Amino acid sequence: MTTTASPRPPAPAHVETKNYLNAETTFRSWATTTDHKRIGVLFLAGVTLSAMLGGTFALLLRLELLTPEADVMTAMTYNRLFTLHGVVMVWLFMIPAIPGAFGNFMVPLMIGARDVAFPRLNLASFYFYLSGALLVIAGAIAGGADTGWTFYPPYSAQTPTALVPVLAGVFVLGISSTMTGLNFIVTIHTLRTAGMTWWRLPLFVWAIYATSIILVLATPVLGLSLLLVAIDHAFALGVFNPAHGGDPILYQHLFWFYSHPAVYIMILPAMGVISEVVPAFSRKNVFSYRGIVIASVGIALVGFLTWGHHMFTSGMSAFDSGAFGVLSMFVAIFSAIKVFTWVGTLYRGRITLSTPLLYFFGFLFLFAFGGMTGVALASTSLDVHWHDTYFIVAHFHFIMVGGTMMGFMAGLHFWFPKMFGRLYSQRLSAVVALLAISGFILTFTPQFLLGNAGMPRRYHTYPAEYQPLNIISTIGSWAIGAGLLIGLLYLLVALWRGKPAGSNPWNLLGLEWSISSPPPPHNFEEPPKVWQEPYDYWRARND
Amino acid sequence: MTGRSITVRTYAWVLLALLLLTAATLLLSFVPLGMFHMPVALLIAAAKTVLILLYFMHVIEQRYTIRVVLLVAVLLLGSLIVLTVADTATRDVPFHPPAPE
Amino acid sequence: MPTTHHVAHFEDLAKQGHAARLGMWLFLGSEALLFSGLFTLYAAYRNEYTSDFAAGAQLTNLPLGTIMTAVLLVSSFFMAFALATARQERSRVSIAALATTFLLGIVFLGLKATEYTMHFRDGIFPGAYYTGPLGERHGVVLFFTLYYIMTGLHALHVIGGLVLVGWLARRTRRGDFGEAWSTPLELGGLYWHFVDIIWLFLWPLFYLLR
Repeated sequence: MTTTASPRPPAPAHVETKNYLNAETTFRSWATTTDHKRIGVLFLAGVTLSAMLGGTFALLLRLELLTPEADVMTAMTYNRLFTLHGVVMVWLFMIPAIPGAFGNFMVPLMIGARDVAFPRLNLASFYFYLSGALLVIAGAIAGGADTGWTFYPPYSAQTPTALVPVLAGVFVLGISSTMTGLNFIVTIHTLRTAGMTWWRLPLFVWAIYATSIILVLATPVLGLSLLLVAIDHAFALGVFNPAHGGDPILYQHLFWFYSHPAVYIMILPAMGVISEVVPAFSRKNVFSYRGIVIASVGIALVGFLTWGHHMFTSGMSAFDSGAFGVLSMFVAIFSAIKVFTWVGTLYRGRITLSTPLLYFFGFLFLFAFGGMTGVALASTSLDVHWHDTYFIVAHFHFIMVGGTMMGFMAGLHFWFPKMFGRLYSQRLSAVVALLAISGFILTFTPQFLLGNAGMPRRYHTYPAEYQPLNIISTIGSWAIGAGLLIGLLYLLVALWRGKPAGSNPWNLLGLEWSISSPPPPHNFEEPPKVWQEPYDYWRARND
Repeated sequence: MTGRSITVRTYAWVLLALLLLTAATLLLSFVPLGMFHMPVALLIAAAKTVLILLYFMHVIEQRYTIRVVLLVAVLLLGSLIVLTVADTATRDVPFHPPAPE
Repeated sequence: MPTTHHVAHFEDLAKQGHAARLGMWLFLGSEALLFSGLFTLYAAYRNEYTSDFAAGAQLTNLPLGTIMTAVLLVSSFFMAFALATARQERSRVSIAALATTFLLGIVFLGLKATEYTMHFRDGIFPGAYYTGPLGERHGVVLFFTLYYIMTGLHALHVIGGLVLVGWLARRTRRGDFGEAWSTPLELGGLYWHFVDIIWLFLWPLFYLLR
């Protein structure tokens, strides 16, 4: 039985006393805050602006691709745009978004803590994020790089473009990532409230924990790789230069050792959001709590062993290709466990078609489909044909946009009432969700077909027979852009004019819903005690 | 959370062991071991590392969590090295640039 | 001087100490992974250029390198000693131990600088700037490029460690550390020992390969 989405109307509107937003309102109080909630809001603002920037680059790229010829920009400009699109979307949006915005805000609340383990480190992580982002933007203004977001040598050592500020920015962003991950791991180990055992942790917390392992241990390898590229660019050290006896494939090993786990940094938090949204709007316990936990940690750890599947056509040995192919297939097992668990949770639940759940349906279809193409790509013999075509572009956008972006939007709509104490227009948000999901399908499905038909990526022109599908893809991009823009607008309006949300607008279990919206500055009056399993709706049956 | 079971005397013994192992590594490098030079030297380095970890860094009396962090980090860096070297070691076309002019 | 270092959001001082320690170990884990990329490059290139690497290792200064290893090992001892004596409320001994660690660190850097200077005089520079012996052999040049990058990155970490040790010595003089609480000193020690461990692997790779 389904009911249309409408969070239950709040009890008589309380005049909220001090909350974390209005306790102090000076610029200084925000600039020097160590409150995890404020830092979460700062990250939310930062990543939203970054997504808009990266999205604008994407719209420009798709504009050029409306026609087979070069009519809007030169090849060099196109190369700079796709490089910046990748850099901005990956490091200024995808990697920091859910952990930085929602992880920071929600994790301490979910475990019953007053703050994260190292609040000042948390603030520092935001300033490193800001500095890194500004460096990348400075690099963009200086013309940006044209190497692709992967910075492969030997070209990266030779390119005349402004590589160093972009590399420096990403390096600094990496430091921010590592700090964030470290903070979360220590927080989850040491600040759980009484009764909050590991097996009672909300699944979003587990997701952030698994992500943090990758943040701490993978990011340094990226830092090193970028450092080596920067040194090679500036000083001709030739560590990867064949003319000096270097092997460019070794760079790829180092780069992808980070960048493959990085995609799990991007998807695990989104999966964590989904694991909160699905039981919430089925009013049912998760089908297999332990399954999700094991799958989350499994993805984080096994994901470290699969990087070579980005290198099947690079010249890497056949032995390694085979090994990485098999290992890559293993990782898919964990994702499958999660997909089946979420669907099993919905089954015979009391479904509420809220906007977060709509984003979940988008996620479910797109992530599952994208994931399956990933399993196909893990097979070396197939990848040889698809590598560097639009098939790959479609695959990772299905996961990144169809997965992470949908997860981000679901989280945003799920936790907005808690973070800001306001409700947004349910109907409008549902329409936008459908627009965004349809726009996505329109943009990226044709790209699978284009790639399979042989259209290569990273070119600003293409043979005329590919045009019809490209036109559809570009129109889809406009739909996504329009949808997300409208989304931003109604959320901004809701900040000022939305109805008060009350502490538990969705009527859910969980420590975070037991305090006011917006939460008070120190979260809990008394450290809460936990005795219930999470999502225990069947037992609670308080309807 | 650290107990006080590691005394200064323990530290001194560990230092002695470390210096002796260093001397051993040095001496062994003059013994013709062929292809075993590097593995032996690295094994002794690993032994020294374990001593420093256990005693100077107190891992021997730390909580379990710390050991897990160590283990995971070591396993990951091990897999990076192994899988990457496996690539260069198993290529059909050996990676040697053209002969120097 | 604060009578307690307990911060509000932690349950108690013990938990707070554990959190600090866990945080430091995670940081060291990330640092280990930072160096591991370089060790990977070394391993892969050594595999390719085995004889060139052996030839390059003949050109490094084994006596200096060995002394440097001993210097760092002894400095690690004094660092551990500094912590132990601080916890026994023997702060003057602790300061002396920290000063010794600091001095040994300076000695290490001095020896490194001497070594670099000697290499420069022989024309041994990294990458395309190499003009030393056997320069036509790619593997030899790569050996020294990696040598400079790895020992250079390590030296930067030693410098960072010295700053840390200096700061800890100042705090010890102010009487901050005692039996009840000495967490920064403990964490600083962990960092210093880590830097020592990295060198323990650099030494055989660059000096002993024959």
